Amino acid sequence: MKVAVSSSGTNLDSPLDPRFGRASYFLIIDTDTLAFEVKVNDQNMNLPQGAGIQAGKIVANCGVDCLITGNCGPKAYNVLQAAGIKVFTGTKGNIKEVVELFKNGALQYSQGPNVDGHWV
Amino acid sequence: MIVTVASGKGGTGKTTVAVNLAVTAAEAITRTETIKATQLVIAPENPENFVELIDCDVEEPNAHLFVKPQNVVKQEISTMVPAVDMALCTFCGECEKICRFSAITMIAKKIMIFPEMCHSCKGCVMVCPTGAIKEGARVLGSLLTGQSSHGFNLTWGELRVGEAMSPPLIKQVKKTITCGSGRSNSISEDINNKLSIVDAPPGTSCPAVTTLRGSDFALLVAEETPFGLNDLALTVEALKKLGVPMGIVINRADNDQKGIIDDYAEKENIEIMQRIPFSREAAKICSKGLLLVNELPEMKQCFKELYLKIVSRITQNAKESKYKKTSTKTATSSSDNSIVGRS
Amino acid sequence: MKELTVISGKGGTGKTSITASIASLAERRIVIDADVDAANLFLTLEHNLIETEQFQGGYKAKINPELCIGCKECFKRCQFDAIFEEITENIIPKLSKQKDEQIRDNRISPKFAIDPIACEGCGVCVHFCPTVAISFERQICGEKYISTTANGPMIHARLGIAEENSGLLVSQLRQKAREMAKEQKIPLIITDGPPGIGCPVIASISNADALLIVTEPTLSAIHDMKRVIKLGRQMNAPIYVCINKADLNKETSENIKEFCVLNNIKFAGEIPFDRAVVESMKMGKALVTYSDGAASKAVKEVWENVKLFMGDTMERVF
Repeated sequence: MKVAVSSSGTNLDSPLDPRFGRASYFLIIDTDTLAFEVKVNDQNMNLPQGAGIQAGKIVANCGVDCLITGNCGPKAYNVLQAAGIKVFTGTKGNIKEVVELFKNGALQYSQGPNVDGHWV
Repeated sequence: MIVTVASGKGGTGKTTVAVNLAVTAAEAITRTETIKATQLVIAPENPENFVELIDCDVEEPNAHLFVKPQNVVKQEISTMVPAVDMALCTFCGECEKICRFSAITMIAKKIMIFPEMCHSCKGCVMVCPTGAIKEGARVLGSLLTGQSSHGFNLTWGELRVGEAMSPPLIKQVKKTITCGSGRSNSISEDINNKLSIVDAPPGTSCPAVTTLRGSDFALLVAEETPFGLNDLALTVEALKKLGVPMGIVINRADNDQKGIIDDYAEKENIEIMQRIPFSREAAKICSKGLLLVNELPEMKQCFKELYLKIVSRITQNAKESKYKKTSTKTATSSSDNSIVGRS
Repeated sequence: MKELTVISGKGGTGKTSITASIASLAERRIVIDADVDAANLFLTLEHNLIETEQFQGGYKAKINPELCIGCKECFKRCQFDAIFEEITENIIPKLSKQKDEQIRDNRISPKFAIDPIACEGCGVCVHFCPTVAISFERQICGEKYISTTANGPMIHARLGIAEENSGLLVSQLRQKAREMAKEQKIPLIITDGPPGIGCPVIASISNADALLIVTEPTLSAIHDMKRVIKLGRQMNAPIYVCINKADLNKETSENIKEFCVLNNIKFAGEIPFDRAVVESMKMGKALVTYSDGAASKAVKEVWENVKLFMGDTMERVF
């Protein structure tokens, strides 16, 4: 299965970036082989507004089934929902651990956004 | 002519000054001897409707609490947001490409619209090749109008709680201003016909600037505190950028002694038009939503003086600008009537 | 880590004075001045500026007069009245009465220009300009600052005169504060919010753990407080209220307290009118460091109550 994880770095030992819209990177990981691809989220870091929506689009275009992140606001959540991507929020730790937790079914699939939007 | 009452800092007494000034103006004008006494060019064609009060502090409008208007008419104000007719959509993605605000986006053959992100630029409507994007609406708030028993109309806007953008609603409220064109480059030819007193929101960013653009005169309400001075200076800078002439009223003045505001005004060459003395009694009157000019005779005098000063100053400005327009040399100096943009 | 935002709805009720005081009372905290277009906190809190960073706001369009052919395409499309016909001496020297004829003859065409203050940064004109005469660049709209104070960092900013994007700037200040709080293990972020209920206010209170509303016993302040409470409720934040200058109208103050009880809002206390507030401001100090008078004592009590109330709220997941 292919999952996207918001990441502070470019390898599997990097800590998860709790931000979704303004995360530094997204790692697109094959959970079976742990092979991964890095998506830089640099245009979003400085976007005046709508970072969550744009990040949602990036992840949606990667054809993943699930997204693992820390905080996900309502607009990003709606985008991911529309793309049929399951969202796991409130996650902490380094990417490898997080993927492991995910594979063991220890992460809880979230029913909605877990933070308010930034409104700008 | 449009006189906007402003201040960088909140709570300096903008609304107090605006409402008391409106009442003073409405009453003064019905007595022609006041006009004669001051030898002003003001000779309103329709004295009954000479004054209007416009409250542009749409986030927290308060003027109506003091004016207590009658026969209030309320109207809902919306802004355009896209609405897609999916039957016509070809998923070309043009709308998403032009939108700078991520308000419209295409996900897996779905068009998603985030109305609260939309700035109503209509770019998506313009680029859509199949005319699939229609004009929908997002409610900004309400526009209200009522009559004061003092013989003027009050118009105000009320931003919907939860709506983040106040400038579009402020623009709608400003459209109701019946005098002038709301442009700074046409110092009102109708100076004789109408006085619009506008209550501005605090700050120096979009809401305040949107309100102040196109005013003929800005009356800055300042208080003699370091916060008051700091924020006054910011507003003065904004007004210079906008090319609006200005004067200062010191509110809650401690006494007649000159203070930090006087020093600043002198340095910047801005006229101090009035000092409204501090008193607990005045504070109490305002706290109850009553009018100072009705309760305290000294305040009545104070506002009358202020009103006459403002009117003569604007008349003066208008004469000068007329002179400038007719003179063969084009004015290049940046006097306080210089032209900056439009509203 | 917890985030407390101080707001009021109406301006000038004493948000900044009270924030400066509670920021001096809190043992370790980060304090943010989110009233970015009329920032005052730095005037009343002794600090040392250690870092300055530019704030990039939105985009603005600009027409290159040399490429403009005066086709009006942009003028017709702009929804913000930001584009105007520019007939200045530098572009068309010696404007004569035959201007209209000249335009008709295409000898000179009117040029268009953009008023940067009115430009919303939507880019519609950029897209439609047939001669690619319009550039579109992100603007520097202000500065962000980090300062040190006696009991923790202060994060503040200065929005450029007549600039926009105050909400974005507030969001960035709060983001910075969260990062610093995490790095330096600081348990509390106090935000001095702007007046009103618009964009920067929403940005100041979104995801806050609690809101402290500073009101005063006036009809206007109560009216505005009710609107800001409605907003706070929409954002699901617990709300506490304190009354500043409470003795200016005791009856109204009682009404506010009653309102709080009826609406299940925690009441944090009342602060009497005290000249020491303005005096402390004039000295550039927080009230509680400057005076030990009635107002100072009352603010301390308000802070004790707020701490107690905040103990009730859940620690947010990070």
